[in-house]
Amino acid sequence: MSDLKDQGTAINLLSCAKTFAGGVQALEPLDLEIAGGETVVLLGPSGCGKTTTLRIIAGLEEPDPGGRVMFGDDDVTRLPIEKRKIGMVFQSYALFPNMTVRENIAYGLMVRRMPKPDIDRRVGEMLEMMHIGDLEFRRIDQLSGGQCQRVALARAIAVQPRVLLLDEPLTALDAILRTRLRVEIDQLLRRLGITAVYVTHDQGEAMSLGDRIVVMSRGRVEQIGTPRDIYYKPNNDFVAEFIGTINRLRGIARGDHVEVAGASLPWSANRSGGEVEILFRPENVTISNLKSAHLKGNVVTSFFQGDRTKLILDGLGERQVIIETTDRVEFIAGQEIGFRIDPDSMIILNT
Amino acid sequence: MRRPWLFYSQFAFTIGVCTFLIVPVIMSMMAGITENFFLGIKSGVTLRWVYEVLDLYLDTIYLSLLIAVICLIVTLILGIPTAYVLAKKSGRWARMFEEFLVLPVAIPGLAIALALIVTYGGFRDFRTSWGFILVGHVLYTLPFMVRSVLAVLSSTDFQTLEESAASLGASFWQRFFGIIIPNCRSGILAGSLMVVTLSVGEFNLTWMLHTPLTKTLPVGLADSYASMRLEIGSAYTLVFLIMILPLLIGLQMFGTSKERKPAVPDEDPSEQANQQEIAR
Ligand SMILES: Nc1ncnc2c1ncn2[C@@H]1O[C@H](COP(=O)(O)OP(=O)(O)OP(=O)(O)O)[C@@H](O)[C@H]1O
Ligand SMILES: [Mg+2]
Repeated sequence: MSDLKDQGTAINLLSCAKTFAGGVQALEPLDLEIAGGETVVLLGPSGCGKTTTLRIIAGLEEPDPGGRVMFGDDDVTRLPIEKRKIGMVFQSYALFPNMTVRENIAYGLMVRRMPKPDIDRRVGEMLEMMHIGDLEFRRIDQLSGGQCQRVALARAIAVQPRVLLLDEPLTALDAILRTRLRVEIDQLLRRLGITAVYVTHDQGEAMSLGDRIVVMSRGRVEQIGTPRDIYYKPNNDFVAEFIGTINRLRGIARGDHVEVAGASLPWSANRSGGEVEILFRPENVTISNLKSAHLKGNVVTSFFQGDRTKLILDGLGERQVIIETTDRVEFIAGQEIGFRIDPDSMIILNT
Repeated sequence: MRRPWLFYSQFAFTIGVCTFLIVPVIMSMMAGITENFFLGIKSGVTLRWVYEVLDLYLDTIYLSLLIAVICLIVTLILGIPTAYVLAKKSGRWARMFEEFLVLPVAIPGLAIALALIVTYGGFRDFRTSWGFILVGHVLYTLPFMVRSVLAVLSSTDFQTLEESAASLGASFWQRFFGIIIPNCRSGILAGSLMVVTLSVGEFNLTWMLHTPLTKTLPVGLADSYASMRLEIGSAYTLVFLIMILPLLIGLQMFGTSKERKPAVPDEDPSEQANQQEIAR
């Protein structure tokens, strides 16, 4: 199936804003460059403008005047969706209930007036690729959620679109199926080498699928970066809080160390004076004896999770601190423990 | 046990009501095939009256059917796009128009007819053609078509269906005829049956709008009751029922046959993949 392989079309959004009738600004001017063949995930809480962005790329929504959408060198801003040669997968699948699985997959080819033998060949390829060969003649209401999603993907890919747009395609499925299909979609996107924009509010999905993640909140881009960048080097409070679990402690910078909760932490960044915030993730600490510990806290609760134990500590500022350890020790509530923070994984934001 | 007692009393009540409603219909139909109504059924059974009705009023039956079919075509052409636009637009004007559509149903048929006569009665040729009746019927039945199509459209996420068709490259007309119409088929069918039955049975409006040369079936029926033997009127009822019953039964069957099949559980894709490998 080497003919499926495509270099992929680059997408370029140039100051695309969106104000809906009634004056709601759903999207502030957004610049986004997506390389050919890249998978970009739009991630953010509900109502942050992910779908709006995707619909602007698709051509279902027009950006406010001044915004431009480029596919490679083509300016497609004024092009309606049916002329943009995209593939789109909707959260609700949006399969045609009046057609069988086969007819659904063939629809895009049929409206393009592809010759019948070519349609048959292509639909056959799709059925095989998505492992839905035995569903060929089923009606849509005879499919389960996971099967619907496979058909929706097959239908979108069948027309060999320039870009593939997916709006929360897995949200309606149960957890196990979601993980399984996530792996399948990932392999599919790599195999096709197609440019893809994937919308989700699930950070696990975003991390595993995205070459890059665009974190959005309230119509604004908070950070664009690789999953590692986003996780290890969040730009700001919002990103740090939104992705994974993070602890934050207030401190005062003093030369080569920071004073936090009556203790002192080593600090490499040489910035003296002023308040700073220290952020660290639960997995970047090691429990140590009280004498050599960076910080000490009292165990409020411990959750044994098999491979590791999650501890909730207090006595370290106004917020509780969550840490994780793989030590096979039992912790009891009220116990005082000390831990060290891996200095390289500390994130420091100015306040 | 109280329950059987309650059950039987309800059952008896239902039967009683049904009998009260159905007996006159049966009586009337019987009258249409008895030799002499005043002597009762023992005077003999005959199809004479039915033949006489067909002889005297066959053209009213044809006209009724003709008007019903054309009325159906017109309401399809006007009603489906109207319902589509109403379902798509969410503004205040769209809602007002929707309310406005009920008016012909709420206003008595006589009033509509009067309005039509006052407005267009001056156009002689139009006034004396069956086209005049057709206009009344379209006015009266269009809301039923729009409403039943609109009901189906608003219960499905047709906008997303249309968007996904568009994303696959379908033009507006391809979407309209390939996706929208097939997916509101149930509404279109229900609306069509409604329009045809209403048009065939419509009396109020039609009685006002008709001329001696443009009589429909119900108008002819009233006419025969007023001026003919009771048996002829009754035979006419029989003919009418034979025409309209299949439509009503069709409507009923259509309304109840829309059950969804349950979804099947997800099969393991790795298993399917294996099967396909074995097949190859
Ligand atoms: N057609 C519309 N008219 C008016 N406002 C809209 C419209 N569509 C979206 N909005 C508003 O724009 C904002 C962004 O919506 P959008 O659908 O892009 O969010 P989202 O990030 O996709 O959220 P979710 O995760 O809930 O799908 C929301 O505040 C929403 O209320
Ligand atoms: Mg959304």
